[in-house]
Amino acid sequence: MTPIASSSPASNRRLGSILFVPVQFVMTLIDAPLRALQKLTGISGMAMFFLAPNMLIFGIFVLLPLAINFVYSMTGGTAFFLADRTFIGFDQYSRLFECGNYLDPLSCQEDAFWTAVGNTAWFVVLQVTLMILMALGTALILNRDLRARSFWRAVFFFPVLLSPVVVGLIWKWILQRQGLLNFALFEMGLEPHNWLTDRTWAFAAAVAVSIWAHMGFYALILLAGLQAIPKDLYEAAEMDGTKAARVFWRITLPLLAPNLLVVVVLALIKAVQVFDEVYVLTGGGPGTSTMFLTQYIYETGFASQLRNPGLAAAASILMGLVLVVLTLFQLGIGRRTEGKRKR
Amino acid sequence: MGQIKLTNVKKSFGAVDVLHDINLHIDDGELVVFVGPSGCGKSTLLRVIAGLEKVTGGSLEIDGRRVNDVTAAERGLAMVFQSYALYPHMTVRQNLAFGLENSKMPKAEIAERVGEAARMLEIEPYMDRRPGQLSGGQRQRVAIGRAIVRRPVAFLLDEPLSNLDAELRVSTRAELAALHARLSSTMIYVTHDQVEAMTLADRIVVMRAGRIEQVGTPLELYNMPANRFVAGFIGAPHMNFLRGDIVEHTPGTAILSLAGGYRIAVDPGTAPVTDGQKVTVGVRPQHLTVSRDTASPKVRLGLVEALGAETVVHGEIYGERLMAVLPGQQGYRPGDEIHLDLQAAPLHVFDEQDLRLFSTAGAKAKAPV
Amino acid sequence: MGAAARFIFRRRGSNGRGKGWHWTDIVTWVWLVCGLLIMFGPAVWLGFSSFKTPAALAEFPPTILPYVTQEVRVEGYDKPLALYEATLEGGGTRVLAEVRRIGIVSQMVDPNAPGEIIKVNIADRAPVRTMSFATENYTQPFVQFDFVQYLWNSVFVTVMATLITLVVNSMAAFALSKYEFRGRSVAMLIILATLMVPLSVIMVPLYSIISTIGLFNNLWGVILPTVATPTGVFILRQYMLTIPDELIDAARMDKASEWQIYWRIVLPLAAPALAVLAIFSVVWRWNDFLWPLIVLSRRELYTLQVGLSIYAGELNVQWHFILAMTVVTMIPVVLVFIFLQRFITTGIAGAGLK
Ligand SMILES: Nc1ncnc2c1ncn2[C@@H]1O[C@H](COP(=O)(O)OP(=O)(O)OP(=O)(O)O)[C@@H](O)[C@H]1O
Ligand SMILES: [Mg+2]
Repeated sequence: MTPIASSSPASNRRLGSILFVPVQFVMTLIDAPLRALQKLTGISGMAMFFLAPNMLIFGIFVLLPLAINFVYSMTGGTAFFLADRTFIGFDQYSRLFECGNYLDPLSCQEDAFWTAVGNTAWFVVLQVTLMILMALGTALILNRDLRARSFWRAVFFFPVLLSPVVVGLIWKWILQRQGLLNFALFEMGLEPHNWLTDRTWAFAAAVAVSIWAHMGFYALILLAGLQAIPKDLYEAAEMDGTKAARVFWRITLPLLAPNLLVVVVLALIKAVQVFDEVYVLTGGGPGTSTMFLTQYIYETGFASQLRNPGLAAAASILMGLVLVVLTLFQLGIGRRTEGKRKR
Repeated sequence: MGQIKLTNVKKSFGAVDVLHDINLHIDDGELVVFVGPSGCGKSTLLRVIAGLEKVTGGSLEIDGRRVNDVTAAERGLAMVFQSYALYPHMTVRQNLAFGLENSKMPKAEIAERVGEAARMLEIEPYMDRRPGQLSGGQRQRVAIGRAIVRRPVAFLLDEPLSNLDAELRVSTRAELAALHARLSSTMIYVTHDQVEAMTLADRIVVMRAGRIEQVGTPLELYNMPANRFVAGFIGAPHMNFLRGDIVEHTPGTAILSLAGGYRIAVDPGTAPVTDGQKVTVGVRPQHLTVSRDTASPKVRLGLVEALGAETVVHGEIYGERLMAVLPGQQGYRPGDEIHLDLQAAPLHVFDEQDLRLFSTAGAKAKAPV
Repeated sequence: MGAAARFIFRRRGSNGRGKGWHWTDIVTWVWLVCGLLIMFGPAVWLGFSSFKTPAALAEFPPTILPYVTQEVRVEGYDKPLALYEATLEGGGTRVLAEVRRIGIVSQMVDPNAPGEIIKVNIADRAPVRTMSFATENYTQPFVQFDFVQYLWNSVFVTVMATLITLVVNSMAAFALSKYEFRGRSVAMLIILATLMVPLSVIMVPLYSIISTIGLFNNLWGVILPTVATPTGVFILRQYMLTIPDELIDAARMDKASEWQIYWRIVLPLAAPALAVLAIFSVVWRWNDFLWPLIVLSRRELYTLQVGLSIYAGELNVQWHFILAMTVVTMIPVVLVFIFLQRFITTGIAGAGLK
């Protein structure tokens, strides 16, 4: 990241004086035992001391769960404590994959899982495609010779910061039967709908709301990419009398391609995990029409009466595999573009 | 207080050996300058002495105490860094006091020492500014001040003047010399500017590729360079080197033949020379004079640099490049041919291993045969 | 206005080349104006509506600002009566209070002369309305429900998690940027590799770990798993790499201990990056939903996000409370947006993180 220009010393000092006295006291108190520790470990040994808290927390709350997830997925029962669970091998996986007809999710034993998978797949395709196109359009527009560009950038970025609960509730309220959208349609002489109780419309709403909430983030990254394209390339093209469309296809797009690819993969990774705002908006309904993979895992693991943590773990591992593939893909892109830059 | 002794000191970073068997004894109060080309290990040697890098072999003693495993903080040395390394978020005063606070010195004494250093370096007006609000020269003084307040056993300075402009560098150099005279504490000074080295040093340590090539006073190095590298490194413009061989010798005389067949008789002293030995003859540009004698080696001039007080001519002699610094303003133009007096100049003769065989005193040189 | 419009609607080629509107100018402005409406509109609409009474909320067509129909107490009537501006048959208008409605006829009285009933066609009367902010939408949930507790829980989680994140991540970043030690690249690799481990993949085992160590139904169970963010270590490390090593050497010569180097030299100099991370952390932790939803099952422990979503699920129709509490939930983030938006956007554009 670009180092942000050092903040003004005046404000630093003001903040400093408020916080400094108690902090200094604590830090000085800690210093004496740490000096003794440093005597024992030596300077490079202290690196371990600095690293330890982060790695400890990280190990307990990320690495350990990652590891025992596999164990979980091979056990049965409703208990959460690992020792109380019985080993059942790959039964959870075979349960997930047991289907009468592989083209029809309803014929599977875990039809909810396959419905969630299908919904998620549709969601990913629609949401990512539309969102990236819109983000690209927004970035192109924001990259034009605009006054008050940072204001407009802020406009599109605003929903990104909102919490999923807020996003879900705002739209739930706007999309309800007597909501703003229906009023607007009514005014325009169009037919109102009961958006959130119709299977198709609810799914469309989930896609739209999720685009609304996240588009600004991707537009921002793409805009940064566009702004990194040297201006003289455009000026050279203008000198040659190149048409605007040609400039876009031959200069802008190829030079933006690495950013675009990164953004697409990031969006895919996020979309696969879709949950929060849609859960608040529709609760997965009507029926199971907006139930996605994360909600399936959550409900199987915790919420439903017949909870089955092992099954949830198995499903989460399958989802993790998809994410690993996407992440590797992303790292691969990163490596390649870096290599290009070096060359 | 302030003797530093290095015995067979080695330093390697992983598989890369950066320092090989460094042996050096620095006396109390001496100002020793490390010079050498970029990347030769000067900074590394200084950091090894400072304790910022651990030695990987040999032993390092300060005032007779072996300090190989003593941390930087406990060696009692102070360092001035090339980039000054002033703490950007602290005022000048806080920068000076930081080290003293860390050694739990009473506040009054800290204030006294800081005030004294500030007076000495004339930085009192800026004591409450931050480094970012100071000029390069002022920062430099603060960096030195931060070392002075510590009253260290020895000062270590890594290219302290290299970030200053030429004029400031000359005046600060003089101030540093004065400071050393006043504090009379040991200083180790790294530079690759040989003028700095010559003017400041009690002794110069010339390094190349992690080894010490020669240690001596500035004039020793200038007059009796131990090898071709030192000869070329000390003195500006650098020494001319001409290939030649010894065609015959008798005790007290040797006949040198240069590439073009020009012969000079020289006194090798007690140096072991053999007939037919291939040698390199070094002569400093300043020692060359124009000769009226047309038997003298003929030089066809290329570039002529008229500097006013002197004229630097570049030319070719027997197929080898050569430079001469001639006094005053000469009317030469490129393409002119002049004769240079080689035999009047002090010559340095190096063997095939580039080690010095002998030097001649110049004026006493014998006439050509 | 004209000058302002000309300034804002600067077009392609307006720096002296083009004349008139290119089609891309039109697309640009349509897109920007729609963007303004769609992106900001809902939040603004929410803000105004959160001050409406339930009656005003149910009104169709809705108004932007919160209006209520004025009511008066009239002698001889128990309940307050709604005020209307009625157009009388003989022309002229009077402000009357409605007693009752029968079919299309409204029976009204003059509040100053309550004796006489005036009959008015309902088409000829319009309610007298004034703007009024229903602040009880805000006060009631705090008083009657647990929203004060939720708010406090959210603040606690956000502040604690952010503080610990800053300390723990900056220590790790310091170790990874300024020391050479065996295993450094392994540690970096692990951190990078798990940059993308999402909660949804590990929630089942993570839950079991949390409950095993007794942090289920404990705010610390919400806080701890979030504080070792790889992203935080990453941005801090990148920034610390730009701090010259010579400064640290200088501090070592100045007898500073490694701990002092960390908090007196490195931390102050990394302040800009710490600020960015702090902002991000506040937004992340404030907005967290799924994990608190899993860990917290007792009402008094809910964070705002969890409390609000559960409340919204239970009292489906009490939109006036829900909207007001949504605004409360939104406020910190909106403040961050208004004052620190620049930090965030440069942070994201630089590091591509969320
Ligand atoms: N931490 C390190 N790891 C590996 N190699 C190093 C390290 N530090 C220095 N070196 C190598 O050691 C050699 C000597 O470096 P040093 O900085 O001492 O040179 P120097 O003489 O000070 O050069 P300069 O005049 O440019 O400052 C160089 O080849 C350098 O690449
Ligand atoms: Mg150096």
